[in-house]
Amino acid sequence: MKNLEDLKEQIRKALPELDVVIGWTDSFDPLHATPHFMRKEEDIDKLKVDALCVHNLATYLPGLKGKKVGIVVKGCDSRSVVELLQENLIKREDVTIFGFGCNGVVDQTKIRSIIGDVGNIEACELTDKEVTVTASGEVHKLALDEVLSDKCKTCRYPNAVLSDHFTGEEVATTATFEDGYKDLEEFEAKSTEEKFAYWLGEMDRCIRCYACRNACPMCVCRDHCVAQSRDPHWLSQEAHVRDKWMFQVIHAYHLTGRCTECGECQRACPVDIPILLFKKKFNKEIKEVFNYEAGLDPEATPPLLTFKNEEAKIKERDW
Amino acid sequence: MAQVKFIKKDNVSAWLEELGQKHEVLAPRFEGDSIIFRPYDASKGFFIEREATAPPKKAIFPQSETLLKFSNIKDLENPEKVALDVKENLPDSSWVVFGGRPCDARGFTMFDRVYLNGKHVDAYYKARRENTFFITLACEKGETTCFCNWVGSGPSDPTGSDVLMVPVEGGFFLEAVSDRGASLLDSSLLEDGDSKQAEADKVKVEADKSMGEAQDLSKAPEKLLAVFDNMEHWEEMSAKCLSCGACTYLCPTCYCFNITDESDGISGTRIRSWDNCMSSMFTMEASGHNPRPTKAHRLKNRVGHKFSYYPDLHDGVISCCGCGRCIKSCPVGVDIRQLVLSAIAYEAKEAAND
Ligand code: SF4
Ligand code: SF4
Ligand code: SF4
Ligand code: SF4
Ligand code: SF4
Repeated sequence: MKNLEDLKEQIRKALPELDVVIGWTDSFDPLHATPHFMRKEEDIDKLKVDALCVHNLATYLPGLKGKKVGIVVKGCDSRSVVELLQENLIKREDVTIFGFGCNGVVDQTKIRSIIGDVGNIEACELTDKEVTVTASGEVHKLALDEVLSDKCKTCRYPNAVLSDHFTGEEVATTATFEDGYKDLEEFEAKSTEEKFAYWLGEMDRCIRCYACRNACPMCVCRDHCVAQSRDPHWLSQEAHVRDKWMFQVIHAYHLTGRCTECGECQRACPVDIPILLFKKKFNKEIKEVFNYEAGLDPEATPPLLTFKNEEAKIKERDW
Repeated sequence: MAQVKFIKKDNVSAWLEELGQKHEVLAPRFEGDSIIFRPYDASKGFFIEREATAPPKKAIFPQSETLLKFSNIKDLENPEKVALDVKENLPDSSWVVFGGRPCDARGFTMFDRVYLNGKHVDAYYKARRENTFFITLACEKGETTCFCNWVGSGPSDPTGSDVLMVPVEGGFFLEAVSDRGASLLDSSLLEDGDSKQAEADKVKVEADKSMGEAQDLSKAPEKLLAVFDNMEHWEEMSAKCLSCGACTYLCPTCYCFNITDESDGISGTRIRSWDNCMSSMFTMEASGHNPRPTKAHRLKNRVGHKFSYYPDLHDGVISCCGCGRCIKSCPVGVDIRQLVLSAIAYEAKEAAND
């Protein structure tokens, strides 16, 4: 990040009034970043913001209720904050939002599938166009475009949609809603049998850890999740693909019109199941039916959290 | 002297097929972008160049396992009365786990102390354990997340394995670690291994050298107890944790379970499935009280169990094999090494303040 020092300065000024500011810092190897909880002045020195800072820190906000929290957000992360505000899950006066214009983050799965062995990363350098990774003495130059998260390639909101402090210049974008759903459209073109077989194959390796659920900023039932509740016992605890898939269906339904497509669910999955595609399907339908997108307007109510006698786009009376 | 053999790389699949005639063979392979253990299928091959994403834990401790099947039988003469028909479901096949790493095989020795050598023997575990053979591949090099050498192990540790494979020019040097391991080496596909011994020994030495310096964890049990009541410390340590449990399900030494009855009408199954201390439901009591209400309490338990309570009960053995999966697969990069080291360092700091 070019203006990292400006951001640090903003945080330094705000920190005395706050319990904690959440950002990112270096992790166990040079290819990874990790969430960073800044409580003391010296913690700010360790802050980093670059294409490795993939985590959507909004996930932590509901758990910090009652505290004064500062949070550093990319454009997409800011939508999760907005969505949390819309749903009264956090209070506006309790969060201080440090936004910036984002140029995209990497997809570690893509990097891993190109380099192969990422067990011994010695160095990682980032430029606007390239990621240079040294692994086991070998230097790999990867075009950023090749390893960018899919969501970033079609990002329409690279700048924080809501912020108290904004760092640097705004990033321009020309992407459209449709651009973001090409992968889904390709998938939808398959036959029902093909789609079903695909999901059975992918979901079969799910270990039912629910990292997808816990990483999701909008998944707020967590400790009371239907997947594990014992009474009533909604889902069997079997390792059957049927139950694993059922959970994803439930997750996607619960997120319909609330999911901001931050992709954390998929990123968190330790066995790389492409579950974001599932969520996108529901969002596309919501856009189609309600002309609504989650996490843009703090005053709006997600369509499935409200009830209207007549929806503008659904002509009940015409039936 | 232990029996030693050599197998050419090209012969490994044939060997696995041969083993498959007697046992069920589990081998790691790519599925999507992950490497996981699956029943060996020649058409899909195997991939042992790197540590698998998930360990072969399910070989002995399945993600969910049917303990028994039950059905209620109505007595037509006396509708008040219901008889219960119960059938136990002990596993009876034998398995060969091929291509796990030393940490994977050693992991099960942590289970053994609990499920085999404790006051109660777990019949299901025992049945699988006794019939599972490990053909383990020694690592040529550690990864940044590996710390097997901190926990008294190493990249060619044979503990828990039946056969240890060491990569050498053109194939693998095979070393029988146990008597039953020797029985797996009785194949015409294998050649005499004596001439490869020196090369294999060298690979092992190099691998040991590739590991960073081991930290002394001998103080961990007492130090973790010393910081037990300092919730401020644990809240800080667990701030970024999502309390998801991915770390435990990928852990070769985590063995906690849940038991549920899954019924459908008048019949059903009693299953044992993975559970984990990072889940809030794990310690939820029937009264509604939860002794581990926050992620800080839960992560404290995960670390404490492995590095303090378990060693206290089991002759100082740390219940972590240092495989590093919890670090590299944690969605937010929680590093268990840091948690242990900060517990060790924490008290030192306190003492310095006195
Ligand atoms: S989706 Fe947009 S805001 Fe989010 S990380 Fe990618 S480029 Fe940045
Ligand atoms: S469902 Fe996935 S993409 Fe949607 S908000 Fe949750 S984590 Fe983000
Ligand atoms: S994160 Fe992946 S493995 Fe875990 S429950 Fe979700 S889909 Fe399954
Ligand atoms: S340490 Fe990581 S993997 Fe484990 S529960 Fe916490 S967030 Fe999940
Ligand atoms: S605690 Fe982590 S490093 Fe230790 S055995 Fe489990 S997954 Fe491996």
